[in-house]
Amino acid sequence: MSLYRAKTNRAWLGVLPVLLIVAFSAVIPLMTVVNYSVQDILDFNSRFFVGFEWYRETLADSRFREAFLRQLAFSVTILLIEIPLGIAVAKGIPRDRRWTPLVLILLALPLLIPWNVVGTIWQIYARPDIGLLGAAINGLGIDYNYTAVPLHAWLTLVAMDVWHWTSLVALLTFAGLSAIPPAYYQAAELDGASKWQTFRLVELPRLRGVLIIAVLLRLMDSFMIYTEPFVLTGGGPGNATTFLSQHLATMAVGQFDLGPAAAFSVIYFLFILLFCWLFYTSVIGRDEN
Amino acid sequence: MKTSFSRWVLVGFGIYLLLPLYWLLSMAVRTNDQIVGEFSLFPTSPTFANFAEIFTNPVWYEAFGNSLAYVAINSAISLAVAIPAAYTFSRYRFLGDKQLFFWLLTNRMAPPAVFLLPFFQLYSSIGLFDTPLAVALAHCLFTVPLAVWILEGFFSGIPTELDEMARIDGHSFGHFFVRIFLPINRGAIGVTLFFCFMFSWVELLLARTLSGANAKPIVVVMTRTVSASGLDWGVLAAAGVLTVLPGILVVWFVRKDLARGFALGRVS
Repeated sequence: MSLYRAKTNRAWLGVLPVLLIVAFSAVIPLMTVVNYSVQDILDFNSRFFVGFEWYRETLADSRFREAFLRQLAFSVTILLIEIPLGIAVAKGIPRDRRWTPLVLILLALPLLIPWNVVGTIWQIYARPDIGLLGAAINGLGIDYNYTAVPLHAWLTLVAMDVWHWTSLVALLTFAGLSAIPPAYYQAAELDGASKWQTFRLVELPRLRGVLIIAVLLRLMDSFMIYTEPFVLTGGGPGNATTFLSQHLATMAVGQFDLGPAAAFSVIYFLFILLFCWLFYTSVIGRDEN
Repeated sequence: MKTSFSRWVLVGFGIYLLLPLYWLLSMAVRTNDQIVGEFSLFPTSPTFANFAEIFTNPVWYEAFGNSLAYVAINSAISLAVAIPAAYTFSRYRFLGDKQLFFWLLTNRMAPPAVFLLPFFQLYSSIGLFDTPLAVALAHCLFTVPLAVWILEGFFSGIPTELDEMARIDGHSFGHFFVRIFLPINRGAIGVTLFFCFMFSWVELLLARTLSGANAKPIVVVMTRTVSASGLDWGVLAAAGVLTVLPGILVVWFVRKDLARGFALGRVS
């Protein structure tokens, strides 16, 4: 938001439509969730107040903790791969060439594929019997089967996520790089800076803003991951790839445990809210500097 | 000239991106017997039978229509409410503006799994369950905040002097907004449309929860095919190929503003 803005409360009229539509699709459902989370619901006619019982139960539940730790491990792993790889890819994108748009379109492709299709693509690609990747790895003499071995399921999911989302980091970084004035590079060249020095001292500081956006978007979105593992591994083998969203969906829709599922949802949402707040303060902080 | 390290990374990553897509395409032109029976790198006798199956089976092509319907409705609603809001955020200060902006953002971050059950009950109780409109409204949960956010970034980049000059020249506000301001921001609106399309088109969880037998979207038909006993990989691959096409079409139209849009308009 720019600093020179007229102050008027009539401006609320302009944001009213957004307010109404988001209130309808966010506030009402969220209130329902909070309401459920403090009740024991046997069926829709008999329910009674249980206070924070479900919250205590959720936080003490070993399956919740395991899902949370798996989630954390997954998110950290993909961040450690996607951020450096995305930066390297972005630096490789040619600037202002005739085929620059083509490269950008190629990179954007995985982002435009429905998430379950991403799962399907990787299923077809990684299965040992019909998949190119699966057959290739087995051809190297490694007994690879992601449906049976937890480690292989993990690696396949990480490979899929890198395939799916590294482009987002690369495109963001590319946008950031394009915004650096050429004079900066000329100055670095005059000072005799090496490529690595130019990157570390000229480019990296200017990329801080977009990289914050990239890290937090990936962190939050990977925390919500559901569809791709659901299609690829179904959370298995065993519970090896059951992340938070899938655990929640099983509770709410599969077992119809409304109270515990709702308490789980509120805790889950609070985590995301915390990330969101960090995100917001860092982005706004940058704007005001 | 020596090719730089990062150029090699780009080329390597490009190949990594393309291989699974090639495999999808190559599966889509084989029969199921060929896929299961023999392993070969290239389709030996390409066939379009899988695509023919999709175009002639109403379950498939109606699902395609349903998906496009809710994506279109969602994009229209999102833009209609987000443009005035983004303009307001970029031009005025008002009581609670920062808090409101933050609150909008939190909705973009809400895990859809949290909203599954309440959405189901809400839309059932107002009779919208199993219509494209229900899915479109539910997707507004994340497309509207995103649209406001991106547009606000772009709008803030347009100096307020433009608004002033139009006023001095005697343009009414409506005339200025529709005839001058929006055309200048064509690119921004295109990028926003692209993002609304992208996030609504790719979503499965809410779309599946809010649609029954009538408004079944393509992504759901695909997962049901997976769970059915007679798994036809060829048809599944062909459907996958078809779901990639609308994305390619949209991205082609907004290719110039793409990178800026990905940085949510806040780069330059």
